[in-house]
Amino acid sequence: MDITLPLLILAIPLFMFLLLGLLGMKMSHKLAGTLGCLGMGTVLVLSYYTAFVYYFSGAPEFINAAGERLQYIVFDQSWLTLYKPLEIRLGFLLDPISAMMLIVIPTISFMVHLYSMGYMRDHHGVYEHGFQRFYAFLSLFSFSMLGLVVATNIFQMYIFWELVGASSYLLIGFYYTRPSAVSASKKAFIVTRFADLGFLIGILILSFYTKTFNFIEFTSVPVEGLANVSQVDLGTAEGIRNIFNTSAAPLFMGGSVLTWALVLIFMGGMGKSAMLPLHIWLPDAMEGPTPVSALIHAATMVVAGVYLVARLFPLYLMETTSLEIITVVGAITALYAAMVACTQIDIKRVLAFSTISQIAFMMVSLGVARPEFHEGLGYMASMFHLFTHAMFKALLFLGAGALIHAIGSNDYTAMHGLRKHMPITHWTFLIGCLAIAGIIPFSGFFSKDEILSSCLGYNWVAYVWMSFVAFLTAFYMFRLYYLIFWWKEHKTPEGHHAPHDQPWTMSFPLVFLAAVSCVAGFIPFGNFVSWNGHPYDFMAHFDWNVATVSLIVAVLGIGLATAMYRKENSLPEKFRQAVPALWTWCYHRFYWDELYQFITHKIIFGSICRPLAWFDRHIIDGTMDSFATVTNKASEAIKPLQSGQIQMYVWYYLIGALALGTITVICLI
Amino acid sequence: MEITAIYYLLPALIMFCCGVYGFITRKNMIAMLVSLELMLNAVDINFVVFNRYLYPEQTEGMFFTLFAIAIAAAETALAIAIIINIFRAVRNIDVRSLNEMKF
Amino acid sequence: MESVGSIILYFIVALSMIVFSVMAVTTRKILRAATYLLFTLFAGAVVYFMLDYEFLGAVQIAVYAGGIVVLFVFAILLTSRPGDNSERLTSKSRVLGAVAAIATLVITGYALISRVSVALAPKPEMQAPDMQQLGSTLMGTGDGQYLLPFEAVSVLLLACIIGGVVVARKR
Repeated sequence: MDITLPLLILAIPLFMFLLLGLLGMKMSHKLAGTLGCLGMGTVLVLSYYTAFVYYFSGAPEFINAAGERLQYIVFDQSWLTLYKPLEIRLGFLLDPISAMMLIVIPTISFMVHLYSMGYMRDHHGVYEHGFQRFYAFLSLFSFSMLGLVVATNIFQMYIFWELVGASSYLLIGFYYTRPSAVSASKKAFIVTRFADLGFLIGILILSFYTKTFNFIEFTSVPVEGLANVSQVDLGTAEGIRNIFNTSAAPLFMGGSVLTWALVLIFMGGMGKSAMLPLHIWLPDAMEGPTPVSALIHAATMVVAGVYLVARLFPLYLMETTSLEIITVVGAITALYAAMVACTQIDIKRVLAFSTISQIAFMMVSLGVARPEFHEGLGYMASMFHLFTHAMFKALLFLGAGALIHAIGSNDYTAMHGLRKHMPITHWTFLIGCLAIAGIIPFSGFFSKDEILSSCLGYNWVAYVWMSFVAFLTAFYMFRLYYLIFWWKEHKTPEGHHAPHDQPWTMSFPLVFLAAVSCVAGFIPFGNFVSWNGHPYDFMAHFDWNVATVSLIVAVLGIGLATAMYRKENSLPEKFRQAVPALWTWCYHRFYWDELYQFITHKIIFGSICRPLAWFDRHIIDGTMDSFATVTNKASEAIKPLQSGQIQMYVWYYLIGALALGTITVICLI
Repeated sequence: MEITAIYYLLPALIMFCCGVYGFITRKNMIAMLVSLELMLNAVDINFVVFNRYLYPEQTEGMFFTLFAIAIAAAETALAIAIIINIFRAVRNIDVRSLNEMKF
Repeated sequence: MESVGSIILYFIVALSMIVFSVMAVTTRKILRAATYLLFTLFAGAVVYFMLDYEFLGAVQIAVYAGGIVVLFVFAILLTSRPGDNSERLTSKSRVLGAVAAIATLVITGYALISRVSVALAPKPEMQAPDMQQLGSTLMGTGDGQYLLPFEAVSVLLLACIIGGVVVARKR
């Protein structure tokens, strides 16, 4: 494959970032926005073409005779050589999941670029301050995210991972005059950095034992290809284990060092994907402009953790302990976030917790994926859910953005009964809600159903647990829906225009994404993505019982929400009175923020930092200060010697010369 | 009466000590320069006397004096240029006013 | 044994050398100091003549007396007003200076006198070097000849001319 197109996919957003970042202020707002959209549109076309070539061309480098999809390195440039076998490369890897991400990211990114043209201006059509900067950051983010998904080695992924974090920081803090936005961006950056520390340590441990950074070596050993591994008993998957056993990974604290490495890498994923207990930054990240939330904090960046685990999935398979950890973390996060989402009143917060919950679904799905259960259905289900979720969650966020733009508030107690005023937003939002709730034939139904199937294959606890979360999902999404669009008639405050639908730049992405959400479920996803590259016949594993149950569960959730929230009534209040403790805990997000506040301020700052600061100030600074003082005093003492009076110097010289002369005379004569 | 080396060396020594005295007591820079010339001249005489009395068949001391005179001339010319420059800057040539690196 | 004339000449020269150098450093009029320096230099020239170094004596008169002292006079006239006395020295600084000078005198004189063989060496006979010999020693490149220092001094003088112009020129 020619390297020009893949190179352009990365180069155009980077170029747009530099262009808009350096020269943006010289351009008119409209020109900057148009340029950003054009650049992203070009990337969109190129990425679609690349993905199309990868999936459909049937070229031997992409798919072998047995119909297995292969990993193909388009280019791989050595960038930093540490010592010969261990070098950091920058490259472009095409394989099923990166090709899929090449569809997801530019699609969402382009939609957001387009949407922002309408969103980032007020009702009089005046563009917001920093509009060009906004587009520059969007381009930077797109560049970083694309670089992340096509990384050929884990270190490249780490580099772009950090770039993604940095651009996320910049975009959350876009309204840098608002203190809450500034602190939210700092919080996001620090929390994800903390997680990335684990990621980095994991990378170092892993590469220390495997002597490589490259994904293709991680994942395609043994030489025969991944396909053979599923036939072997996992405990004796000698081929892959060989590379580990060459240096005989030692045990550390009851687990193999490699398990630790994989768990630490997963910790990086936990930070980016907002898994418990590192989720606290994501709800606050909603301080950024809503299109940013749609792009970064719903559809693309936050699934980077899922993508990371999927990328290293063959390694995780060898250390099933780490997969179990992933499952448990994901399951707890899913339930937690769903419960919290049922009580929040800020529309974007509900969506944020819903995002956490859905990503946890993907994590669980990866965690329960085993070749022996439905031939690794979980992996494919997770990627499928990633795909569909990106579409409908971006849709929901953009819809929320349209509402916020129309009302001027995040609080949906100010909304109510908007269905007549904003029909396009209403219908697309409804489609998004149906998709996430899992109603046939919308896309969420298919992907969620497969996740539940693979959970059932794992064990019944996971299945029941995740089904309950699915029920909650349907409930809180429709609670949100009814509270916004029904509940009671909308009353426009005095002196305001009645809310109305937005210009085409904002409506088109909504309609487009809604259309995708309607039909994406019918994509035979297993043909494109499976954990071992082998085409996966998903219909053969389709479990009608699970599908029926999950449909019933979703309908129950929707029904409950309808009963409680369709018309203004006292049921929600009664429910709240019935379980006050539970409601309060959920409403305060189980006090996680307060816990962090306590740990950082009281424990770390109070008992560690303050003594350290004292030591620093008094012992270390004191020593240094005394050096300075002694030097200063000594200088003061000898300063008169250097008076600048030449005759004083003559005196010193003469006394010295006389002394020398005296010594000479006494000794020699 | 035989005029031996000491007869020349002692007046030269006294001349040298006068130079020392003048150099460390006078504040006028030109007076200091005069003292310097006295010292130089005393040393020149020493060279010549030793050459004449101890190694009459050689000429090193004499040539050393010759070069010393040339260098003394150069040094004096430059020193006077500097003194005039200083005079222009601070309107006097008192050595005590020269306790800063630049004006 | 020297002739009486040369002994008388010696005493005149030695006495004037001592007296004029003492006066040169003690007088308060700077122009007089330069004049006394001139006399001292003349006395030095006479010493060179008495020691049969006629060329050196001529150089002393030409360069020192004719060049340097004239420079001094110019500089003095440029930098001081007529009737300008230098300040009266404090007794403290005078005593200190005298102590330093006498200490130098004592130490060096002691060293000088203790070498009796040098101090009382008689004046040997010497063929005074003629001009041709001096010239070839200055311009030769052989052993004991001084072309290189000669050229170095010429470069030094050139540098000195330029430096003098640069330093003293009006800005």
